[in-house]
Amino acid sequence: MTLTPLWEVFVRSRNGLAHKHVGSLHAADATLALAAARDLFTRRNEAMSVWVVPSNAITASDPDDAAMLFEPAESKIYRHPSFYEVPDDVGHM
Amino acid sequence: MYTQGLNAADKAPPAIEDAGRLGAFQARIDAEQKIEPNDWMPEAYRRTLIRQIAQHAHSEIVGMLPEGNWITRAPSLRRKAALLAKVQDEGGHGLYLYAAAETLGVARETLVEQLLSGGAKYSSIFNYPTLTWADIGAIGWLVDGAAIMNQIPLCRCSYGPYARAMIRVCKEESFHQRQGYEIMTVLARGTTAQRAMAQDALDRWWWPCLMMFGPPDGESQHSDASTRWKIKRFSNDELRQKFVDATVPQGHYLGLSFPDPALRFDEATSHWHYGAIDWDEFRAVLRGDGPCNRDRLAARNRAHENGAWVREAALAFAEKRRRKAAA
Amino acid sequence: MATTSIAVVDDRLFAAVLARADDALILGHRLSEWCGHAPMLEEDLALANIALDLIGQARLLYEYAATIENAGHTEDDYAYRRDPHQFRNILLVEQPNGDFAHTIIRQYLYSAFAHAFWQAMTSSADAALAAIAAKSVPESAYHLRHAAEWTIRLGDGTEESHRRAQDALDALFPYTGEMFAIPETETDLIVGGILADPATIRPAWTASLDRILAEAGLAKPQSTWMQSGGRRGRHSEHLGHLLAEMQILPRSYPGAIW
Repeated sequence: MTLTPLWEVFVRSRNGLAHKHVGSLHAADATLALAAARDLFTRRNEAMSVWVVPSNAITASDPDDAAMLFEPAESKIYRHPSFYEVPDDVGHM
Repeated sequence: MYTQGLNAADKAPPAIEDAGRLGAFQARIDAEQKIEPNDWMPEAYRRTLIRQIAQHAHSEIVGMLPEGNWITRAPSLRRKAALLAKVQDEGGHGLYLYAAAETLGVARETLVEQLLSGGAKYSSIFNYPTLTWADIGAIGWLVDGAAIMNQIPLCRCSYGPYARAMIRVCKEESFHQRQGYEIMTVLARGTTAQRAMAQDALDRWWWPCLMMFGPPDGESQHSDASTRWKIKRFSNDELRQKFVDATVPQGHYLGLSFPDPALRFDEATSHWHYGAIDWDEFRAVLRGDGPCNRDRLAARNRAHENGAWVREAALAFAEKRRRKAAA
Repeated sequence: MATTSIAVVDDRLFAAVLARADDALILGHRLSEWCGHAPMLEEDLALANIALDLIGQARLLYEYAATIENAGHTEDDYAYRRDPHQFRNILLVEQPNGDFAHTIIRQYLYSAFAHAFWQAMTSSADAALAAIAAKSVPESAYHLRHAAEWTIRLGDGTEESHRRAQDALDALFPYTGEMFAIPETETDLIVGGILADPATIRPAWTASLDRILAEAGLAKPQSTWMQSGGRRGRHSEHLGHLLAEMQILPRSYPGAIW
C-alpha cells in the first residue's frame, strides 16, 4: 500500500488576517496539494490565500510539557495593562 | 445515524491504563475541555473515535453514489448544478472526516481498505436505491434532515478535530436539506404523476430513515462510554423522536401521508407517536444484505482500482522531480 | 406538448452564442459523470468544481441566447428540448470520459483553447459576451492549469500512465481542428469584432501545447486529418446517448415543472 503524503492547509480568509489552520489532505506533491486545498477548502469563497505544508514538517510541543512551557507565564500579570493603575482623571491610556 | 454501527461491541480487551491518567482525562472531559491529537487518551476512547469517525467518513463517500445516480438526469440546469454541488460537498465532508480520523494515528489508506474489503460499516441508508427523481428530494429532506439531528450535537464532541470537522460540515450542509425539501415541494404541487412520485419516495424512505438513528436505546451497547466521554450527547431514541416531531408536520404541509398507520400526535407528551420499526430489516441491511450493499461496494472498489494507475503516476512523478531537484 | 423539441430562430449571433453554450454544457455534463468515481477523493472535488464552472458558463450563455432569440425560450428549453442535430457543440467535448487520461487530455485540449478564446472575448464588441468572457477567464485559467498539471504528471509518471496519456492524445487530437474552423455563418461576426478570430487564438494554443507536451514527454500527433461536423449539427454517435440520458425527465413528463 503506497501512502500519498499528508499536507496541512492554512487559509487567509481576508486581507489583514493571519493564515489559519483549516485541515489536512493528501497529495503527491506541493502543486497538487495546493490545487486540492483550493478545491476542498475554498468552495464558498473562504479564501484570499492558501498555504500547504507537509504535515511531517511540523514540530509540535508535547502536551506533557504544557505545564513547563506555558504555566510560568500565568503569574506574570504585570505584563498586562490592567495591572497598572492610572488616575481616572487622566482618561484613556 | 451515519455512525450507527458503533453500537456493535468493542471486541478488543480493555487496556491496562494508569488510573491517575484516566481520572485526569475524565476530569477534563467533565470540565468540557477538548481533547487534542497529541493529548494522552484511553485506548478505548481512541478506538471508539477512529471507528465512529471512519464510519462517518465512509457514509459520506458511499452516500455520493445514490445521489450521484441522478446528476446526469437532473431535470433542469438549476437542479443539476445544485445536486452536483451537493454531492461534491459530501465528498468534501468525507475528506474532512478522514483527516480528523488520521489525527488519531491511522492512515486514510488503511481506513479506505477497510471500507473496500467490506470490513467497515457505513450508514445503512445508502444501501437503498434511488429509483426516481423524487428520491433526490426525499434524501435531501429526510436523510439530510436526520443527519443534521445527529451532527449538530457532534459539533460539541469532546475530540477537537472531530468537533471542528463537524462544525464545517454542518455549516455547509445547511443548504442540503432545503434543497431536498424544495424538490419535494415542487413535486407535491406538480402534476398527478409528480405527486405520486413524491408520495412513493416518502413511502420508501421513511422507515429506513428512522432506522438511521440506530437500535433502540436498550440495545445500544456502546452508548454508556460514548456518553461519558461526551462523544455522544443524545440517545438514539431521543434523536429519532426529535426527527419525527420535526418532520411529520413538514410532510403534512406537502399534503403527503406517512406509511405508518400508528402515527398520531400524542397531546399528553406533545410528541408524534410512531409505529414499530422493523429491526430485522435494519440488521439485514447492516449485515450486507440490503438492496444495494453489493452495488455500492462494487462501485467504490471499481473507482479505487481504476484510479490506482493515476495515484501511482502522481507519486512516481513527484519522486522523479524530487530526485532531479536533489541532483 | 411541452415534451416535443423546440424550433429555434435562424440568427447568426444567436447560433454562435448557442454553440459556445453547448460546448460548456456538454463538457460540464461529461465531467459530472465522474462524480463519486474519480481516482482519488481530492480529484472528485476538482472535477466537480470544473463541471460546475462550465455549467455556470452554459447557463449565462443560454440566458443571453434567449434574449437574442426573444422567443420566450429558457435555458432549460435549449438544454432539454433540442434534438442532437440541433446541438452545435464541437465533437471534442461530447467524446466519452474513457479513462482518466482521456478525460484530462480532452480537458487540456479544450481548456487551452477556451482560455485563450475567453481572454480574447473580453474585448468583444458585444458587451454581453464581453461580460460573460470576463467572468469565464479566471475559471478557464484554473481549468487549464489543472488539466496541464495532470497532463504533465500522466505523461511523465509511470510507463502505464505515459502510454494511456499518449493513447488519449492520439485519439482526441483529430477533434481539435474544429476549434479553429470558421463556419461560414460566423465570418461576419468575426469581422465585426463580436467573435474572436480563431486564427489569433491558435498561436497561444500551439505554444501551450508545445510546452506542456514537451514537459510531459508526449509526442504531438503528426496526422493533419481532422474530424468536423459539430458546429453543423453532425455529431458523433455519443451525443445521442448523452442527451437521451440528460433529457429523460423533461421529455417524459409533458408540462411538468421541476
